[in-house]
Amino acid sequence: MLLRHTPKEIKERKVLAINPAKTCQPIGAMYAALGIHGCLPHSHGSQGCCAYHRSTLTRHYREPIMAATSSFTEGASVFGGQANLLQALLTMFTTYDPDIVAVHTTCLSETIGDDVNQIVKKAYKDGTIPKGKHVIHTSTPSYVGSHVTGFSNMVKSMAVQLAEKTGRANGKLNIVPGFVEPSDMVEIKRIAGMLGIDSILFPDTSGVLNGPLTGKFHMYPKGGVSIKALKSIGDSRGSIGLGEWASADAVRALDAQFKVPCQVQDLPIGLLATDRFVDALRIAAGVSVPDAVTQERGQLLDVISDMQPHLYGKKVAIAGDPDQVIALTEFLVTIGMKPVHIVTGTPGKAFIKRIKEITARFGDDINVKCPGDLFLLHQWIKNEPVDLLICNTYGKYIARDEDIPFVRHGFPILDRIGHSYIPTVGYKGGLHLLEKILGVLMDRTDRDAPEERFELVE
Amino acid sequence: MTSISVLKQREKQIYQKGKQPFEMECETKSLAGAVSQRACVFCGSRVVLYPIADALHLIHGPIGCASYTWDIRGALSSGPELHRMSFSTDLSETDIIYGGEKKLKKALLELIDKYSPKAAFIYCTCIVGIIGDDVDAVCRQVEKETDIPVIPVHSEGFKGTKKDGYKAACDALFSLIERNKAPRVTIPDSINILGEFNIGGETWIIKKYYEAMGVKVVSVITGDGRVDEVMQAGNAALNVVQCSGSVTHLAKQMQEEYGIPYIRVSYFGIEDTSDALYRVAVFFDQNPEMLKKTKELIKKEVQAIIPSLETMKKDLEGKKAAIYVGGAFKAFSMIKALRTLGMEVVLAGSQTGTQEDYEVLRQMCNEGTVILDDSNPLELAKYSVEKDADLFIGGVKERPIAYKMGIGFCDHNHERKIPLVGFEGMVNFAKEVHGTVTSPVWDLVPRRQTPTGKEGVI
Repeated sequence: MLLRHTPKEIKERKVLAINPAKTCQPIGAMYAALGIHGCLPHSHGSQGCCAYHRSTLTRHYREPIMAATSSFTEGASVFGGQANLLQALLTMFTTYDPDIVAVHTTCLSETIGDDVNQIVKKAYKDGTIPKGKHVIHTSTPSYVGSHVTGFSNMVKSMAVQLAEKTGRANGKLNIVPGFVEPSDMVEIKRIAGMLGIDSILFPDTSGVLNGPLTGKFHMYPKGGVSIKALKSIGDSRGSIGLGEWASADAVRALDAQFKVPCQVQDLPIGLLATDRFVDALRIAAGVSVPDAVTQERGQLLDVISDMQPHLYGKKVAIAGDPDQVIALTEFLVTIGMKPVHIVTGTPGKAFIKRIKEITARFGDDINVKCPGDLFLLHQWIKNEPVDLLICNTYGKYIARDEDIPFVRHGFPILDRIGHSYIPTVGYKGGLHLLEKILGVLMDRTDRDAPEERFELVE
Repeated sequence: MTSISVLKQREKQIYQKGKQPFEMECETKSLAGAVSQRACVFCGSRVVLYPIADALHLIHGPIGCASYTWDIRGALSSGPELHRMSFSTDLSETDIIYGGEKKLKKALLELIDKYSPKAAFIYCTCIVGIIGDDVDAVCRQVEKETDIPVIPVHSEGFKGTKKDGYKAACDALFSLIERNKAPRVTIPDSINILGEFNIGGETWIIKKYYEAMGVKVVSVITGDGRVDEVMQAGNAALNVVQCSGSVTHLAKQMQEEYGIPYIRVSYFGIEDTSDALYRVAVFFDQNPEMLKKTKELIKKEVQAIIPSLETMKKDLEGKKAAIYVGGAFKAFSMIKALRTLGMEVVLAGSQTGTQEDYEVLRQMCNEGTVILDDSNPLELAKYSVEKDADLFIGGVKERPIAYKMGIGFCDHNHERKIPLVGFEGMVNFAKEVHGTVTSPVWDLVPRRQTPTGKEGVI
C-alpha cells in the first residue's frame, strides 16, 4: 500500500514536510474573493499558481472557477511585475467586465518586492480601472502561514478596503463565516435570520460555488456578497467573526478603523459552539431565542443521547484547519468521544492551548501538533490506533492503510459530494455530522461482526 | 442570447475553418489578465517525472507546489509507490531571507536515509530561482555523500510555459541516463517507449502489444518507471515517442548523443495505434517475423473490438464534439477516433500547439470547425454552445464548464481512470463517450428544452 512508506518509529523532523495538512496562502485568498458578487480573483504571479488553485477549487466544488493571472515571465521576475499587473487589469476590465477585481500576491511577486498598493493606485489614476469598478488587493506570500492565512488576509482586505463609514447606522450585523463551505454560509445566514437579524455575511460563496445547473455558463454567478453591502459594513452595529484564524483579523480591523464593535467566536460546529453563536446573536438582536431554534437544538441533543452508547469512549484522530479542528474537537468531546491525535498544518500559538483546554478531562493523554502534517498523524495512529479518522480527502490513504472508519471534513474534498450543499455548522449541521460519524462507525460494526452477532437492530 | 466578445488581442489565436485565410498565432505567452487554462514550468516537469515510482521527488519551495501536485495524476505503478508521497522543504520566511540550501541538503539526506530511493529529483520552484539557492551544488554534494543520482530539475515556474517544464524534465532524464557509465550496447529489436505515463494502466497495454510483436522494451519514460530501467535507455535501438510536447526533446538529445533514431506516434484510436505498431515493425524490417506478428496482432485486436464499436456508433453517428487538450498532437488522434465513432469535431484547441500542429488540425477538420490556441473558459463555452456540441473532451478545469451547459464530458487528462490507448482503450473511450453523450441526464437540462437548442451562454 501507498503509505507503507510511513514507518511507525517517530523521529523529529525540522526541515521537511511530508504529506502536508495545509496548502499555500493564495488559494485561500482566491476562495474568499469568489465570495464577492461579480468578482474576478487575480493571481499576481506565474501562470501555474493560478492554474493549480483553479484546478484544486474545481475538484473540490465541481464548479467552474474563474480567476486571472499576471502570467509572470523571466522578464517580469527581473524587472518587476508592474507592467504585467497593469496589462492584466486592462485585459480583465475590457474583456471580462467584472465589478471588482481582487488581487492577491504569490511567493514570486512578494519576493521580488512588487508594490501592489502603488500599482493599483496608478491604475486608478490612469483610468485603467473604469469608473465605478473596484480593485482590492492583499498580500499572500506562500511561505508564511497557510491557505487559511491567505483567506483571512483577503477577508480583511475586502473589509478595510471597501468599507465606508457614513455615520448613518445601517442596523445590520456583520458576520464573517470563516473558511467554510458555501452550504455553511447559507446555514449561518439562516440561523441569523431565525433570530430576526439583518446580517451582512462576507465573504459569501453560496450561490457562487454551489450554484444550480441552469444550462448556462455564468462568468459571475448570482451569489456572493454585493459590493454595496460590503461598503456599508463600516456602518454596522457590530461584527461577529467565526474562527480566530480565518475571521478575527477582519472584524478586529473593522473595529479599529471604523469602530464597529467586534467579537470572535468559534466556528459553530457542534452543540456548544452553536449555543455560543446563537447566544451572541440573541444578545446582538436583543431577542429571546425563538422556539424554532430551540427545537433544532433539542433534536440534535435527542439524537446525541439516543446514540450515546455508540459514541462513548471511541478514539478519534483529526486533521484539518485550526478553526474547524477546535470546534470539531469540542463537539467530539461533548458527545463522549475521545480525540487522541490532533494535527493542523496552519501555525498559530493558541491552537495547542485551546485543544488542551477542550481535552483537559483526558489529561496529557492527547497528541497535538501545530503545525504538523499527515505523515506524523499517520505515525501516531500506528502507535495508538483509533476508531475514527476525520480529515480532508488526503486522509483516505491513512484510513485505507490502517483500516479506520473515515469521515471526510475540511478542504479539499476531492472524491465525494455533499460538502458544498449540506452544512456542518449549526444544530442541523451537527445532526449531519453525527449522521456521517455514526454511519461509518456502525457500518464498521456490521462489516466486522461475526454472523451470530450481526444484529438487525442497533 | 448575448454573445461573448472575444479578446481583441486573441483574435489571431482563434480560427474558424473556411472563414478567413489561415494564420494562427501560437507559441506565444498568454496575455496577462486572461483566464488562461495553462499552467507553469514546474507543472510540466512534475507531470513528466512523477511516474518514476522508485525515485524520491522532493519539491524545493513553499508548501503549495507540493500540495497541489500530491498524487493528482493516476500514473500507476506495479511496484513501489514512493512517487505518491508528497515531500516538500516547506520554505518559510526565514529561508527566503537566508536561503534554503541548508534545509534542502538536510531534507535530502534525511529522506534518502529513510527511503533508500534509487535516485532523487529536486524540483526548483519560482522562489528558489529568485532567492538564488545553488541547488546544483547541493545535489552534487548529496550525490557524493549518498552515492545515488541526485538530479536538480530547473522548473522555476516563471521561466516559461509548461512546455519549458517538459524540457527541464527531459534534461533531468538525460542527465540520469548519462550517469550510466557502462558501455552502450544496442539491444536488437529494442525500443524505449517515450511520453507514456501509465495513466489508468496504459503503459501495460502498449507493452503487451510490443511483446506480442517480439519487440523488447528497454524502458518506458516514464510510465510505471524505474530508475534502473531509465538508465538503460541508451541501449535501445529506437525511441518511440508518444505525446507531442513532452519528451521529444529527450528523443532528440538521444539521437544527437547516441545516434538512436526516433519516431513520433500515437496510441489513441484504431488507426493511430495500428500505424504506430506497423511503423515500429517496419523499422525492424531485418526481422520479417515481426511484421507478420504485427499484422496478426492488429487483425486479431481490431476484429475483437469492431462489433462493440459498431453498436455504439449507431447512437453516436452525427453527434458533435469539442476538444481542448494540452498538446495538439493528442487532438489529431482524437479527431480520427471520434470519426471512427461517426462523430464530427466542431471545436479543436490546445494549450501549447505549434504553427505546424494547427496547420495539420486545419487540414483534418471540416468547414466551420473552430480552432483555438491557449483558450479560456468564455471562448470554450461560447463556441461549444454556438456549435451545439454534444460532447466536450478536456481536463479538470473544462469539466464543470461543460456540465454547467449540459454537455457530456470525457476526461482525456490526469483524472481519467480507465486506459484509453490501444485497441481495448478505443473500446473504453467509445464506452465513455457513448455513456456521456447518450445519458438521459442531458434531456433534463434547459439547453435541450428550448426550441432552438442553442441557449446557453451569457
